[in-house]
Amino acid sequence: MAKTKNTCAGLYTPKVMETFKNPHNYGKIKNADGIGKVGNIVCGDVMWLYIKVAQNKKNEDFIKDIRFETFGCVAAISTSSIITDLVKGKTINDALKITKDNIIESLGGLPKIKYHCSVLAVDALVEAVYDYFLKTKKEIPAGLEKKHEIIKKSKEIIEKRYEKWGK
Amino acid sequence: MKKIYLDYAATTPVDKRVLKEMQPYFSEKFGNTMSLHSFGQEAKFALDQSRQVLADLINANPNEIIFTGSATESNNLAFKGLAFNMPKGSRARHIIISSIEHACIMETAKWLSRGFRVTKIPVDKYGMVNPKDVEREIRPDTILVSVMHASNEIGTIQNITEIGKICREKKVYFHTDASQSLGKIPIDVKKMNVDLLTASSHKIYGPKGAGLLYVREGIKLVPLLHGGGQENGLRSSTVNVPAIVGFAKATEICKKEMAAEGKRLVKLRDKLIKGVLKIENSHLNGHPKNRLPNNANFWFEFVEGESLIMRLDLEGIACSTGSACSSFKLEPSYVLMALGLKPQESHGSLRVSLGRFTTEKEINQLIKALPKIVRNIRQISPYGKN
Repeated sequence: MAKTKNTCAGLYTPKVMETFKNPHNYGKIKNADGIGKVGNIVCGDVMWLYIKVAQNKKNEDFIKDIRFETFGCVAAISTSSIITDLVKGKTINDALKITKDNIIESLGGLPKIKYHCSVLAVDALVEAVYDYFLKTKKEIPAGLEKKHEIIKKSKEIIEKRYEKWGK
Repeated sequence: MKKIYLDYAATTPVDKRVLKEMQPYFSEKFGNTMSLHSFGQEAKFALDQSRQVLADLINANPNEIIFTGSATESNNLAFKGLAFNMPKGSRARHIIISSIEHACIMETAKWLSRGFRVTKIPVDKYGMVNPKDVEREIRPDTILVSVMHASNEIGTIQNITEIGKICREKKVYFHTDASQSLGKIPIDVKKMNVDLLTASSHKIYGPKGAGLLYVREGIKLVPLLHGGGQENGLRSSTVNVPAIVGFAKATEICKKEMAAEGKRLVKLRDKLIKGVLKIENSHLNGHPKNRLPNNANFWFEFVEGESLIMRLDLEGIACSTGSACSSFKLEPSYVLMALGLKPQESHGSLRVSLGRFTTEKEINQLIKALPKIVRNIRQISPYGKN
């Protein structure tokens, strides 16, 4: 028999399983500076990201603390945990540069059918930062505004798609 | 860590007694059942004997048993075999199935819907088909009704005898998929008024690669496979003698042990159900009484099934779920939805299926492990925290 790479459950990489087993930074942040809520419980994945923002010596905004609460599958929990690791301590500008591919790479890969979980994690961060800008009444950069609009739109499409299943 | 297997509805290990019975048919008694010489005769004899064993178990005649490669194949043969046998220009174009059939019935019916109309009968909240609903849906052009004997997912056992009686009166063929029930609860095709019945070897401690279709004498089917004419011309292919010998041996053991084993499993199952339902916001899926001795199915609020299965797996316990996230289509289980569950509810489902090698100790371990795992998952989730 041909030898194949032994991934857990034949589906997830050991890194995904390790992250799923011991997720980092889960739970609420009381008085969070920004909260990003993405996903839809009808589809089976809901991700909430809480961020606490502070200023560094150069007076730039950076993510001082970040926590997640996720309802979802192994991939959803792993991507949630990994994005908190990836952006904690980073400036907001740098944090927003994180892509779904960075997340997938950090997890040693994801099954294709679960790629949407990595998108969910990026979206949750965008929404949390957007929320922070709103709350602090800071000027929202054009790029962030655009990303937020796209997320909002796709959320509406999904909600419409699952309407048939009722509430 | 000793692993605990509680997914017997998916497949079962081959019983050692079965394996022993099969062994000679690989390298010693390897003949082709179609050969005239002694090697062939030996194989043919084993095949005939096996057919007799299976026929006895369900109260059929041996010539009514068609061996196939799987239950999926048997179901395809029943549906397509009947459908393709309709004379050209025949108006008979209607098929009735329940809304909780196995995927191989659902997909076959869907494929046939290019030329046939398919009616899906709903089920109640316990997964029961009301025979009166079947009666109401039968039309002059109905050729076939198919309702599974027991559900692979929720374990609910249908009133097959009653549905069969209605079909017989209305002169419509009645097929039942007994893949999950054969060897676990008694089956009598005559008493149950069944015309066609599907069963599988690997669900009852036999090998994979053997199934059967019971076809009541006089019913004409068109084969799916054409060739050497094995199995009464209905299933051309060199006969998989070792697998069929194993299937027969597995059947023999089940028949002998059914009564005692059924009682033992019901006791374990009910203990499990009682223990699991102590978890807050947990529910039982399927019928409270009228279910397979080895099936328990739950759903937990604010829990996603794939995470649940993988956490259990990390503790060495193997179960399954109807969560969308675990399916290749990312769609929630249509069986649970048919019971009236919402998608978000069906995401949190857990199927535990017990079997011959399940011990009370294993059930205790699951009852002990589950509350902690459910609590952990809820802790990570934005919902359902106390």
